[in-house]
Amino acid sequence: MSQEILDGLAVIVNEVAGVPVADIQPDKSFIDDLDIDSLSMVEVVMAAEDKWGVKIPDSEVKNLRTVGDAVAYIEKSTA
Amino acid sequence: MRIAVTGLGATTPLGGDVASNWSALIEGRSGIRTLTEPWVDEMTVHFAGTLAEEPPLDRVEARKLDRSQQVALVAAREAWADAGSPEVEPVRMGTVIGSGIGGFLTLLNAYDTLKERGPSRISPHTVPMLMPSGPAAAVGLEFHAAAGVHAPVSACASGAEAIGVAVRMIQDGRADVVLAGGTETPIHQLTMAGFAAMRALSTRNDDPQGASRPYDVDRDGFVMGEGAGVLVLESEEHALARGARIYAYVVGAGMTADAHHIAQPDPEGKGATRAILAALAQADASPADVAHINAHATSTPQGDVAEAVAIRSAMGAAQPLITGTKSMTGHMLGAAGAVEGIYTVLALHHRLVPATLNLQSLDPEVDLDVVHGEARALPDGDLIALNNSFGFGGHDIAIAFRTA
Repeated sequence: MSQEILDGLAVIVNEVAGVPVADIQPDKSFIDDLDIDSLSMVEVVMAAEDKWGVKIPDSEVKNLRTVGDAVAYIEKSTA
Repeated sequence: MRIAVTGLGATTPLGGDVASNWSALIEGRSGIRTLTEPWVDEMTVHFAGTLAEEPPLDRVEARKLDRSQQVALVAAREAWADAGSPEVEPVRMGTVIGSGIGGFLTLLNAYDTLKERGPSRISPHTVPMLMPSGPAAAVGLEFHAAAGVHAPVSACASGAEAIGVAVRMIQDGRADVVLAGGTETPIHQLTMAGFAAMRALSTRNDDPQGASRPYDVDRDGFVMGEGAGVLVLESEEHALARGARIYAYVVGAGMTADAHHIAQPDPEGKGATRAILAALAQADASPADVAHINAHATSTPQGDVAEAVAIRSAMGAAQPLITGTKSMTGHMLGAAGAVEGIYTVLALHHRLVPATLNLQSLDPEVDLDVVHGEARALPDGDLIALNNSFGFGGHDIAIAFRTA
Protein backbone atom coordinates (compact mmCIF):
# COMPACT_ATOMS: atom_id res chain seq x y z
CA MET A 1 0.00 0.00 0.00
CA SER A 2 1.31 3.43 -0.95
CA GLN A 3 2.46 5.30 2.16
CA GLU A 4 2.53 8.48 0.09
CA ILE A 5 -1.18 8.20 -0.79
CA LEU A 6 -2.06 7.26 2.80
CA ASP A 7 -0.20 10.31 4.09
CA GLY A 8 -1.85 12.57 1.51
CA LEU A 9 -5.30 11.21 2.32
CA ALA A 10 -4.65 11.70 6.04
CA VAL A 11 -3.91 15.38 5.42
CA ILE A 12 -7.18 15.72 3.48
CA VAL A 13 -9.29 13.96 6.13
CA ASN A 14 -7.68 16.09 8.83
CA GLU A 15 -8.40 19.26 6.84
CA VAL A 16 -12.04 18.32 6.20
CA ALA A 17 -13.03 16.73 9.51
CA GLY A 18 -10.34 17.62 12.02
CA VAL A 19 -9.47 13.95 12.73
CA PRO A 20 -5.86 13.73 14.04
CA VAL A 21 -3.54 12.56 11.26
CA ALA A 22 -2.18 9.74 13.44
CA ASP A 23 -5.69 8.23 13.75
CA ILE A 24 -6.13 7.94 10.00
CA GLN A 25 -4.98 4.34 9.47
CA PRO A 26 -5.83 1.86 6.67
CA ASP A 27 -8.17 -0.25 8.81
CA LYS A 28 -10.30 2.70 9.95
CA SER A 29 -13.85 3.06 8.63
CA PHE A 30 -14.68 6.57 7.44
CA ILE A 31 -18.18 6.46 8.93
CA ASP A 32 -17.84 4.24 12.00
CA ASP A 33 -14.34 5.14 13.21
CA LEU A 34 -13.60 8.62 11.86
CA ASP A 35 -17.13 10.04 12.13
CA ILE A 36 -17.10 11.36 8.55
CA ASP A 37 -20.68 12.11 7.49
CA SER A 38 -21.93 11.79 3.91
CA LEU A 39 -21.34 15.49 3.13
CA SER A 40 -17.80 15.44 4.47
CA MET A 41 -17.12 12.23 2.50
CA VAL A 42 -18.02 14.14 -0.68
CA GLU A 43 -15.46 16.76 0.32
CA VAL A 44 -12.79 14.10 0.89
CA VAL A 45 -13.52 12.61 -2.53
CA MET A 46 -13.40 16.02 -4.25
CA ALA A 47 -10.07 16.87 -2.60
CA ALA A 48 -8.61 13.45 -3.52
CA GLU A 49 -9.74 13.88 -7.12
CA ASP A 50 -8.01 17.25 -7.25
CA LYS A 51 -4.82 16.02 -5.58
CA TRP A 52 -4.28 12.87 -7.65
CA GLY A 53 -6.09 13.84 -10.86
CA VAL A 54 -8.40 10.84 -10.65
CA LYS A 55 -12.15 10.45 -11.01
CA ILE A 56 -13.97 8.61 -8.22
CA PRO A 57 -17.55 8.04 -9.40
CA ASP A 58 -20.40 7.98 -6.87
CA SER A 59 -20.92 4.30 -7.65
CA GLU A 60 -17.38 3.64 -6.33
CA VAL A 61 -17.57 5.90 -3.29
CA LYS A 62 -19.96 3.55 -1.51
CA ASN A 63 -17.38 0.77 -1.79
CA LEU A 64 -14.69 2.88 -0.10
CA ARG A 65 -15.58 1.84 3.45
CA THR A 66 -12.14 2.16 5.00
CA VAL A 67 -9.15 4.44 4.51
CA GLY A 68 -7.31 1.45 3.06
CA ASP A 69 -10.08 0.96 0.45
CA ALA A 70 -9.62 4.56 -0.66
CA VAL A 71 -5.83 4.32 -0.79
CA ALA A 72 -6.08 1.16 -2.88
CA TYR A 73 -8.59 2.73 -5.28
CA ILE A 74 -6.44 5.84 -5.78
CA GLU A 75 -3.31 3.70 -6.19
CA LYS A 76 -5.03 1.59 -8.85
CA SER A 77 -6.40 4.68 -10.66
CA THR A 78 -3.03 6.43 -10.78
CA ALA A 79 -1.03 3.33 -11.77
CA MET B 1 -47.92 34.23 31.01
CA ARG B 2 -44.83 36.39 31.42
CA ILE B 3 -41.68 35.60 29.47
CA ALA B 4 -38.41 36.00 31.36
CA VAL B 5 -35.12 37.06 29.79
CA THR B 6 -32.52 34.90 31.54
CA GLY B 7 -29.49 34.96 29.24
CA LEU B 8 -27.82 37.38 26.82
CA GLY B 9 -25.16 36.94 24.15
CA ALA B 10 -23.81 39.31 21.50
CA THR B 11 -20.90 39.80 19.16
CA THR B 12 -20.85 43.15 17.34
CA PRO B 13 -18.53 45.94 16.16
CA LEU B 14 -18.43 47.07 19.81
CA GLY B 15 -17.23 43.81 21.33
CA GLY B 16 -17.18 40.05 21.22
CA ASP B 17 -19.44 39.65 24.26
CA VAL B 18 -22.25 41.44 26.10
CA ALA B 19 -20.02 42.98 28.80
CA SER B 20 -17.73 44.67 26.26
CA ASN B 21 -20.77 45.89 24.30
CA TRP B 22 -22.27 47.51 27.37
CA SER B 23 -19.08 49.26 28.42
CA ALA B 24 -18.60 50.62 24.88
CA LEU B 25 -22.21 51.90 24.85
CA ILE B 26 -21.81 53.68 28.17
CA GLU B 27 -18.42 55.15 27.23
CA GLY B 28 -19.77 56.21 23.82
CA ARG B 29 -17.24 54.34 21.67
CA SER B 30 -17.84 53.83 17.96
CA GLY B 31 -17.33 50.43 16.32
CA ILE B 32 -17.09 51.89 12.81
CA ARG B 33 -13.85 51.38 10.88
CA THR B 34 -12.42 52.23 7.48
CA LEU B 35 -12.41 49.07 5.36
CA THR B 36 -9.11 47.84 3.92
CA GLU B 37 -10.47 45.43 1.29
CA PRO B 38 -9.01 46.00 -2.19
CA TRP B 39 -12.44 46.73 -3.70
CA VAL B 40 -13.11 49.68 -1.40
CA ASP B 41 -11.43 52.30 -3.57
CA GLU B 42 -14.03 52.07 -6.32
CA MET B 43 -16.92 52.41 -3.86
CA THR B 44 -18.69 55.57 -2.74
CA VAL B 45 -18.61 54.26 0.85
CA HIS B 46 -15.33 53.19 2.46
CA PHE B 47 -16.34 52.16 5.98
CA ALA B 48 -18.54 49.84 8.03
CA GLY B 49 -18.98 48.33 11.48
CA THR B 50 -16.86 45.19 11.41
CA LEU B 51 -16.77 42.67 14.25
CA ALA B 52 -14.56 43.73 17.16
CA GLU B 53 -13.52 40.08 17.53
CA GLU B 54 -13.47 37.39 14.88
CA PRO B 55 -15.68 34.40 15.84
CA PRO B 56 -13.60 32.14 18.12
CA LEU B 57 -14.46 28.87 16.38
CA ASP B 58 -12.06 26.08 15.49
CA ARG B 59 -11.07 25.65 11.86
CA VAL B 60 -13.04 22.48 11.17
CA GLU B 61 -16.24 23.86 12.70
CA ALA B 62 -15.90 27.18 10.86
CA ARG B 63 -15.45 25.68 7.40
CA LYS B 64 -18.98 24.20 7.42
CA LEU B 65 -20.66 27.38 8.65
CA ASP B 66 -21.37 30.61 6.81
CA ARG B 67 -20.09 33.67 8.67
CA SER B 68 -23.70 34.56 9.60
CA GLN B 69 -24.02 31.12 11.21
CA GLN B 70 -20.69 31.45 13.01
CA VAL B 71 -21.63 34.71 14.74
CA ALA B 72 -25.09 33.36 15.62
CA LEU B 73 -23.47 30.36 17.32
CA VAL B 74 -21.02 32.57 19.21
CA ALA B 75 -23.86 34.73 20.55
CA ALA B 76 -26.04 31.69 21.35
CA ARG B 77 -23.24 30.01 23.30
CA GLU B 78 -22.67 33.13 25.37
CA ALA B 79 -26.40 33.55 26.05
CA TRP B 80 -26.79 29.91 27.05
CA ALA B 81 -23.83 30.00 29.45
CA ASP B 82 -25.11 33.32 30.83
CA ALA B 83 -28.46 31.65 31.57
CA GLY B 84 -26.67 28.96 33.56
CA SER B 85 -26.80 26.30 30.82
CA PRO B 86 -30.24 25.08 31.90
CA GLU B 87 -31.27 21.44 31.60
CA VAL B 88 -34.17 21.43 29.11
CA GLU B 89 -35.86 18.45 27.49
CA PRO B 90 -35.26 18.79 23.73
CA VAL B 91 -39.00 18.68 22.97
CA ARG B 92 -39.49 21.74 25.23
CA MET B 93 -36.58 23.67 23.69
CA GLY B 94 -36.92 26.03 20.70
CA THR B 95 -34.75 28.27 18.53
CA VAL B 96 -35.75 31.35 16.53
CA ILE B 97 -32.91 33.13 14.73
CA GLY B 98 -33.75 35.72 12.07
CA SER B 99 -31.60 37.12 9.31
CA GLY B 100 -32.25 39.66 6.59
CA ILE B 101 -30.04 38.10 3.93
CA GLY B 102 -28.77 34.74 5.22
CA GLY B 103 -25.64 33.04 3.87
CA PHE B 104 -25.09 35.10 0.76
CA LEU B 105 -21.29 35.24 1.29
CA THR B 106 -21.36 31.47 0.76
CA LEU B 107 -23.59 31.89 -2.28
CA LEU B 108 -21.21 34.38 -3.89
CA ASN B 109 -18.14 32.24 -3.19
CA ALA B 110 -19.89 29.19 -4.62
CA TYR B 111 -20.84 31.16 -7.73
CA ASP B 112 -17.19 32.12 -8.21
CA THR B 113 -16.23 28.45 -7.88
CA LEU B 114 -18.93 27.47 -10.36
CA LYS B 115 -17.68 29.94 -12.97
CA GLU B 116 -13.98 29.24 -12.40
CA ARG B 117 -13.92 25.47 -11.77
CA GLY B 118 -17.29 24.06 -12.83
CA PRO B 119 -20.24 22.40 -11.12
CA SER B 120 -18.31 19.33 -9.90
CA ARG B 121 -16.26 21.52 -7.57
CA ILE B 122 -19.22 22.95 -5.60
CA SER B 123 -18.91 22.06 -1.91
CA PRO B 124 -21.54 19.70 -0.45
CA HIS B 125 -21.89 22.21 2.39
CA THR B 126 -23.03 25.00 0.04
CA VAL B 127 -26.79 24.65 0.53
CA PRO B 128 -26.84 24.30 4.34
CA MET B 129 -24.48 27.29 4.52
CA LEU B 130 -26.46 29.64 2.28
CA MET B 131 -30.05 28.93 3.30
CA PRO B 132 -31.61 31.77 5.36
CA SER B 133 -32.71 29.22 7.96
CA GLY B 134 -29.10 28.03 8.32
CA PRO B 135 -28.22 30.10 11.40
CA ALA B 136 -31.39 28.95 13.21
CA ALA B 137 -30.65 25.36 12.19
CA ALA B 138 -27.03 25.53 13.37
CA VAL B 139 -28.06 26.93 16.76
CA GLY B 140 -31.00 24.53 17.04
CA LEU B 141 -28.73 21.53 16.37
CA GLU B 142 -26.18 22.53 18.96
CA PHE B 143 -28.80 23.10 21.67
CA HIS B 144 -31.06 20.15 20.71
CA ALA B 145 -34.08 22.36 19.99
CA ALA B 146 -36.74 19.82 19.06
CA ALA B 147 -39.80 21.94 19.90
CA GLY B 148 -39.27 23.99 16.75
CA VAL B 149 -36.67 25.95 14.81
CA HIS B 150 -37.80 29.11 13.00
CA ALA B 151 -36.08 31.78 10.95
CA PRO B 152 -38.08 34.99 10.48
CA VAL B 153 -36.97 36.97 7.45
CA SER B 154 -38.22 40.55 7.57
CA ALA B 155 -35.23 42.61 6.45
CA CYS B 156 -33.95 44.85 9.24
CA ALA B 157 -36.76 43.80 11.59
CA SER B 158 -35.82 40.09 11.48
CA GLY B 159 -34.04 39.98 14.85
CA ALA B 160 -36.95 41.70 16.60
CA GLU B 161 -39.49 39.49 14.86
CA ALA B 162 -37.53 36.49 16.19
CA ILE B 163 -38.20 37.69 19.74
CA GLY B 164 -41.90 38.05 18.90
CA VAL B 165 -42.09 34.56 17.40
CA ALA B 166 -40.23 33.09 20.39
CA VAL B 167 -42.66 34.73 22.82
CA ARG B 168 -45.54 33.17 20.93
CA MET B 169 -43.89 29.73 21.01
CA ILE B 170 -43.72 29.87 24.79
CA GLN B 171 -47.19 31.41 25.22
CA ASP B 172 -48.70 28.76 22.95
CA GLY B 173 -47.20 26.05 25.15
CA ARG B 174 -44.88 24.71 22.47
CA ALA B 175 -41.67 25.36 24.44
CA ASP B 176 -40.40 26.32 27.90
CA VAL B 177 -37.10 27.84 26.74
CA VAL B 178 -36.24 29.47 23.42
CA LEU B 179 -32.97 30.87 22.08
CA ALA B 180 -34.13 33.94 20.14
CA GLY B 181 -32.06 36.35 18.14
CA GLY B 182 -30.78 37.70 14.87
CA THR B 183 -27.63 37.51 12.81
CA GLU B 184 -26.17 39.33 9.82
CA THR B 185 -22.78 39.48 8.15
CA PRO B 186 -23.52 41.76 5.20
CA ILE B 187 -20.17 43.42 4.58
CA HIS B 188 -19.33 42.72 0.95
CA GLN B 189 -18.85 44.86 -2.12
CA LEU B 190 -22.15 43.69 -3.64
CA THR B 191 -24.31 44.51 -0.63
CA MET B 192 -22.62 47.84 -0.10
CA ALA B 193 -23.09 48.65 -3.79
CA GLY B 194 -26.77 47.69 -3.52
CA PHE B 195 -27.49 49.86 -0.50
CA ALA B 196 -25.34 52.65 -1.95
CA ALA B 197 -27.42 52.49 -5.14
CA MET B 198 -30.48 53.18 -3.00
CA ARG B 199 -28.60 56.20 -1.60
CA ALA B 200 -29.23 54.68 1.83
CA LEU B 201 -25.62 54.70 3.10
CA SER B 202 -23.68 57.56 4.65
CA THR B 203 -20.76 58.66 2.47
CA ARG B 204 -18.91 60.51 5.24
CA ASN B 205 -15.62 58.85 4.26
CA ASP B 206 -13.48 61.51 5.91
CA ASP B 207 -15.08 60.81 9.32
CA PRO B 208 -16.31 57.19 9.56
CA GLN B 209 -16.92 57.31 13.32
CA GLY B 210 -19.02 60.44 12.88
CA ALA B 211 -21.05 58.95 10.03
CA SER B 212 -23.84 57.23 11.98
CA ARG B 213 -25.62 60.16 13.62
CA PRO B 214 -29.28 59.35 14.30
CA TYR B 215 -31.57 62.40 14.71
CA ASP B 216 -28.70 64.80 14.01
CA VAL B 217 -29.55 67.48 11.46
CA ASP B 218 -26.44 66.57 9.41
CA ARG B 219 -27.11 62.82 9.10
CA ASP B 220 -26.77 61.44 5.56
CA GLY B 221 -27.55 57.72 5.74
CA PHE B 222 -26.86 54.54 7.68
CA VAL B 223 -23.59 52.70 8.24
CA MET B 224 -23.55 48.97 7.57
CA GLY B 225 -22.55 46.71 10.44
CA GLU B 226 -22.21 43.00 11.15
CA GLY B 227 -22.99 40.98 14.26
CA ALA B 228 -25.40 38.75 16.12
CA GLY B 229 -27.43 38.87 19.30
CA VAL B 230 -29.25 36.05 21.09
CA LEU B 231 -31.49 36.07 24.17
CA VAL B 232 -32.57 33.15 26.30
CA LEU B 233 -36.34 33.53 26.74
CA GLU B 234 -38.09 31.34 29.22
CA SER B 235 -41.53 30.98 30.74
CA GLU B 236 -41.51 32.73 34.12
CA GLU B 237 -42.59 29.50 35.79
CA HIS B 238 -39.64 27.59 34.31
CA ALA B 239 -37.18 30.37 35.20
CA LEU B 240 -38.40 30.62 38.81
CA ALA B 241 -38.42 26.84 39.26
CA ARG B 242 -34.73 26.62 38.46
CA GLY B 243 -33.81 29.78 40.36
CA ALA B 244 -32.61 31.60 37.25
CA ARG B 245 -31.46 35.21 37.31
CA ILE B 246 -34.10 37.28 35.47
CA TYR B 247 -32.83 40.41 33.68
CA ALA B 248 -36.27 41.60 32.58
CA TYR B 249 -39.54 40.34 31.09
CA VAL B 250 -40.79 40.47 27.52
CA VAL B 251 -44.36 41.71 27.94
CA GLY B 252 -45.41 42.63 24.41
CA ALA B 253 -44.53 42.14 20.75
CA GLY B 254 -46.33 44.44 18.30
CA MET B 255 -45.92 43.28 14.71
CA THR B 256 -47.49 45.28 11.87
CA ALA B 257 -46.67 46.53 8.38
CA ASP B 258 -46.78 49.84 6.51
CA ALA B 259 -48.30 48.61 3.22
CA HIS B 260 -46.88 51.82 1.80
CA HIS B 261 -43.66 51.39 -0.25
CA ILE B 262 -40.96 48.74 -0.75
CA ALA B 263 -38.21 50.91 0.76
CA GLN B 264 -39.56 54.29 1.87
CA PRO B 265 -41.07 54.56 5.34
CA ASP B 266 -44.64 55.77 5.63
CA PRO B 267 -43.99 59.46 6.42
CA GLU B 268 -46.75 59.39 9.03
CA GLY B 269 -45.33 56.21 10.58
CA LYS B 270 -48.81 54.72 11.00
CA GLY B 271 -47.62 51.10 10.94
CA ALA B 272 -44.92 51.86 13.50
CA THR B 273 -47.42 53.62 15.75
CA ARG B 274 -49.74 50.62 15.62
CA ALA B 275 -46.84 48.27 16.46
CA ILE B 276 -45.92 50.34 19.52
CA LEU B 277 -49.53 50.55 20.70
CA ALA B 278 -50.03 46.81 20.15
CA ALA B 279 -46.94 46.02 22.25
CA LEU B 280 -48.21 48.32 25.02
CA ALA B 281 -51.69 46.79 24.91
CA GLN B 282 -50.22 43.29 25.32
CA ALA B 283 -48.16 44.64 28.22
CA ASP B 284 -51.32 46.13 29.76
CA ALA B 285 -49.35 49.38 29.94
CA SER B 286 -49.93 52.98 28.93
CA PRO B 287 -47.53 55.43 27.23
CA ALA B 288 -46.85 57.06 30.62
CA ASP B 289 -45.33 53.75 31.81
CA VAL B 290 -42.69 53.81 29.06
CA ALA B 291 -39.40 55.07 30.49
CA HIS B 292 -37.14 54.34 27.57
CA ILE B 293 -37.16 53.50 23.85
CA ASN B 294 -34.22 52.06 21.96
CA ALA B 295 -35.24 53.50 18.59
CA HIS B 296 -34.63 51.95 15.19
CA ALA B 297 -32.89 55.27 14.34
CA THR B 298 -30.69 54.22 11.45
CA SER B 299 -29.47 57.76 10.66
CA THR B 300 -31.26 58.02 7.30
CA PRO B 301 -32.80 61.44 6.60
CA GLN B 302 -36.36 60.12 6.08
CA GLY B 303 -36.44 57.11 8.38
CA ASP B 304 -35.48 58.92 11.57
CA VAL B 305 -38.18 61.57 11.08
CA ALA B 306 -40.86 58.99 10.24
CA GLU B 307 -39.98 57.06 13.41
CA ALA B 308 -39.99 60.24 15.50
CA VAL B 309 -43.47 61.03 14.18
CA ALA B 310 -44.62 57.49 14.99
CA ILE B 311 -43.20 57.57 18.52
CA ARG B 312 -44.74 60.96 19.24
CA SER B 313 -48.07 59.79 17.86
CA ALA B 314 -48.03 56.66 20.05
CA MET B 315 -46.66 58.34 23.19
CA GLY B 316 -48.87 61.42 23.26
CA ALA B 317 -47.35 63.81 25.81
CA ALA B 318 -45.13 61.17 27.46
CA GLN B 319 -41.37 61.76 27.16
CA PRO B 320 -39.45 58.48 27.42
CA LEU B 321 -35.67 58.63 27.11
CA ILE B 322 -34.84 57.79 23.50
CA THR B 323 -31.53 56.44 22.29
CA GLY B 324 -30.12 55.38 18.93
CA THR B 325 -27.35 52.85 19.54
CA LYS B 326 -26.73 52.39 15.81
CA SER B 327 -24.71 55.59 16.24
CA MET B 328 -22.04 53.26 17.71
CA THR B 329 -22.69 49.83 16.17
CA GLY B 330 -23.79 50.80 12.71
CA HIS B 331 -26.83 49.01 11.30
CA MET B 332 -26.53 45.24 11.68
CA LEU B 333 -29.65 44.72 9.51
CA GLY B 334 -31.31 41.42 10.54
CA ALA B 335 -29.26 41.27 13.75
CA ALA B 336 -30.13 44.81 14.83
CA GLY B 337 -33.47 44.05 16.50
CA ALA B 338 -31.99 41.28 18.63
CA VAL B 339 -28.83 43.15 19.61
CA GLU B 340 -30.84 46.27 20.43
CA GLY B 341 -33.33 44.11 22.34
CA ILE B 342 -30.36 43.09 24.50
CA TYR B 343 -29.32 46.74 24.89
CA THR B 344 -32.89 47.60 25.95
CA VAL B 345 -32.89 44.79 28.53
CA LEU B 346 -29.53 46.00 29.85
CA ALA B 347 -30.80 49.60 30.08
CA LEU B 348 -33.64 48.38 32.32
CA HIS B 349 -31.33 46.05 34.26
CA HIS B 350 -28.74 48.78 34.94
CA ARG B 351 -31.34 51.59 34.90
CA LEU B 352 -29.10 53.53 32.56
CA VAL B 353 -29.74 54.70 28.97
CA PRO B 354 -26.68 54.96 26.69
CA ALA B 355 -26.25 58.27 24.85
CA THR B 356 -26.69 58.61 21.10
CA LEU B 357 -23.22 59.23 19.70
CA ASN B 358 -22.66 62.07 17.22
CA LEU B 359 -25.92 63.85 18.05
CA GLN B 360 -24.74 67.46 18.04
CA SER B 361 -27.72 69.31 16.66
CA LEU B 362 -31.14 67.70 16.99
CA ASP B 363 -33.19 67.76 13.79
CA PRO B 364 -35.98 70.30 14.48
CA GLU B 365 -38.47 67.83 12.99
CA VAL B 366 -37.67 65.38 15.81
CA ASP B 367 -39.81 66.13 18.86
CA LEU B 368 -38.25 63.60 21.24
CA ASP B 369 -36.04 63.57 24.35
CA VAL B 370 -33.00 61.94 22.73
CA VAL B 371 -30.21 61.06 25.17
CA HIS B 372 -26.92 62.51 24.00
CA GLY B 373 -23.65 63.66 25.53
CA GLU B 374 -23.67 61.10 28.30
CA ALA B 375 -25.77 58.20 29.58
CA ARG B 376 -28.83 59.09 31.66
CA ALA B 377 -30.24 57.20 34.63
CA LEU B 378 -33.71 55.67 34.68
CA PRO B 379 -35.87 56.08 37.80
CA ASP B 380 -36.55 53.33 40.34
CA GLY B 381 -39.75 51.32 40.24
CA ASP B 382 -41.60 49.23 37.68
CA LEU B 383 -40.65 50.44 34.18
CA ILE B 384 -41.46 49.59 30.58
CA ALA B 385 -38.94 49.98 27.75
CA LEU B 386 -39.52 49.51 24.04
CA ASN B 387 -37.27 48.41 21.23
CA ASN B 388 -38.35 49.47 17.73
CA SER B 389 -37.23 47.71 14.58
CA PHE B 390 -38.34 48.40 11.03
CA GLY B 391 -37.36 46.92 7.70
CA PHE B 392 -37.48 47.46 3.96
CA GLY B 393 -40.80 46.07 2.85
CA GLY B 394 -42.57 48.02 5.57
CA HIS B 395 -42.04 45.63 8.51
CA ASP B 396 -42.75 47.28 11.87
CA ILE B 397 -41.87 45.51 15.12
CA ALA B 398 -42.00 46.93 18.65
CA ILE B 399 -40.97 44.74 21.59
CA ALA B 400 -41.98 45.79 25.11
CA PHE B 401 -39.79 44.82 28.08
CA ARG B 402 -40.55 45.29 31.78
CA THR B 403 -38.12 45.54 34.69
CA ALA B 404 -37.69 42.30 36.67
